[in-house]
Amino acid sequence: MSNQIVQGILLGGYYAIIACGLSFMFSVMRIINLAHGSLAVFSAYMLWWLASRFHVPPFLGLLIVLPLMAAIGWALQRFLLERSARGGALLPILTTFGLAVVIDNMLFEQFGADTRSLAPFIGSLSYDSWEWPGSIYVGKLAVMMFMTAMVLLGGLQLFLTRTRLGRSIRATSEDPDTAGLVGVDARRANAIAASIAMVTVGIAGAFLGMRATFDPYAGTPQLLFAFEAAVIGGAGSLWGTLIGGIVLALAQTLGAQVHPQGFLIGGHAVFLIVLFVRLSTSGLGLRGLLSLRFGKAS
Amino acid sequence: MSVPSAMPVIERGTATSRIAAIAVALIIALLAIAPQFLSAGAVDRMTALFIYVILAAMWNALAGFGGLVSVGQQVFFGLGAYFAIRLADAGLNPFASLFVSGIVVGAVSWPLSLFMLRLKNGEFAIGMWVIAALTHLLVNLDRLVQGETGTSLISLNVYDAGTRRATIYWLALASMTALLAILFGLLRGSTGAAIRAIRDNEDAAASVGVRVTGTKRLLFVLAAFGIGIAGALWLATSITFQPKTYFNVQWTAYMIFMVLVGGIGTFEGAILGALVFFLIETWFGGTGVWYLVGLGATAVLFSLFLPRGLWGTVDERFGLRLLPVGYRVRLPANPESQGDDGAAPSPQTTRHQEKA
Repeated sequence: MSNQIVQGILLGGYYAIIACGLSFMFSVMRIINLAHGSLAVFSAYMLWWLASRFHVPPFLGLLIVLPLMAAIGWALQRFLLERSARGGALLPILTTFGLAVVIDNMLFEQFGADTRSLAPFIGSLSYDSWEWPGSIYVGKLAVMMFMTAMVLLGGLQLFLTRTRLGRSIRATSEDPDTAGLVGVDARRANAIAASIAMVTVGIAGAFLGMRATFDPYAGTPQLLFAFEAAVIGGAGSLWGTLIGGIVLALAQTLGAQVHPQGFLIGGHAVFLIVLFVRLSTSGLGLRGLLSLRFGKAS
Repeated sequence: MSVPSAMPVIERGTATSRIAAIAVALIIALLAIAPQFLSAGAVDRMTALFIYVILAAMWNALAGFGGLVSVGQQVFFGLGAYFAIRLADAGLNPFASLFVSGIVVGAVSWPLSLFMLRLKNGEFAIGMWVIAALTHLLVNLDRLVQGETGTSLISLNVYDAGTRRATIYWLALASMTALLAILFGLLRGSTGAAIRAIRDNEDAAASVGVRVTGTKRLLFVLAAFGIGIAGALWLATSITFQPKTYFNVQWTAYMIFMVLVGGIGTFEGAILGALVFFLIETWFGGTGVWYLVGLGATAVLFSLFLPRGLWGTVDERFGLRLLPVGYRVRLPANPESQGDDGAAPSPQTTRHQEKA
């Protein structure tokens, strides 16, 4: 049992990574990007393509893929989100959903239906493990993901609170017009925020490919996991995302013990329970819950 | 009209819309007798078209009029098919079970709405997706369904193919007509005024006494009922029920495509969008993946460059309203009169820009 809990907590690190980009974009631009999961899968495919075609190891491949993801984030904000956000709150949902459909099917067209994995390209890292007291084996990759989540979340928090650029992003998310009055370029701040979010999506895609298999339509579950982790943990700080990821992963791990289909059911169920409790106890609604106050340490 | 010239005249229809109403009646009458003349394949395709119109109109009711974009509407499509199987298995007449299934889906959506309608915008959209994913998994647990293997509506087999085809066609036509009529009636009535008020400004609407939650819930339940019927009808045409197919998000993708292309928030737009989608599917459906890429890309382009859709743009240019659901206020004495949601513009009318 304690083994499952340890594994669940470590898996939570992965969910925190994939959730942080989603909630970051939401908190800054008030946009839930429905192409989030598809873009993570896209990044996994890019790494797979570099590794299988050009023998670029995935960790080296990230040096190519992450700048590419940053550029995609910039373009996404400038050409799609900015324009559609002007048409009201509903239009970005439709735009990003259409984009997800395009990405998924383009990936299918390019790479076919076969499931892929980055595991063959990272040597023994995919199965190496340490033995912890109580004969619990923890995977080195899982520990690495968890550490990455901590570094990513902590780094984002420091960036937003301690740097000038971070403060201008926060100012834009609070009130773009007023921020503009004091000399913050809202368009630039949003585009940078989207780039940062996409870099985290790229990292999430890398870990998705290393820890499991993926196929062109794997984006949807990733989007749902990210959303669930963000909502469960949305207690008001970046670390909430990590807690949300851990709770989601634990619910899935325990659900899997009960029933073969319990992995996903457990995750969805705990999401709905948390949502229900939150909505019925506070008048906050999800908007207040999901807007992780990146600037404020809990 | 014997109204003093200074009094505003409130019009609900125009010459165009009265002609359109007669045309609609004629089209429905023609469609009703069409199976006598059409080939079996054509009857099946027409049935599919009616189902698409239902899906588009229902999603449009929710998103276009209620401001509730859901990416999880496939949950009601899947449940419509699932309950039809369940009811037929319990011994109900298979054709009756299609309709009863819609009612069950509507009933299920009521408690769901209490919870989901507290979510806003993107949260509502993905929240519904989570609901759809969870429901899919739970339906898989039913022993009758046998997981992804699925099951069939076996009890339809007692009818011969011709009777079955024609009956499903007429049921689809009747369902489409009835659902469109209900929606039309709702939008023209006081609920329609409430809906427009909510769409323009939810807080302001609430402050003047519009029942915001109640109106949204009505649309949510109506959409669930309609999409449930559509799912049940689709099951009747294809017989087999595989959860993966029915709970697939592509159904919502189709709905979004139809409504975005046709014109979100316009009654005629959803019908036009369904027709466009039907033709594209007929011509390009065989190209597989590129067809889906094309649908997604078209949806993106429309949302970026033509967010009001085909009908919304036509309406903006020419003020054409075949089936007007709003009011037009005309002040005969004053050429600068105002109207909202009106029909054909005349020199005396100006119209508000309508928010989609």
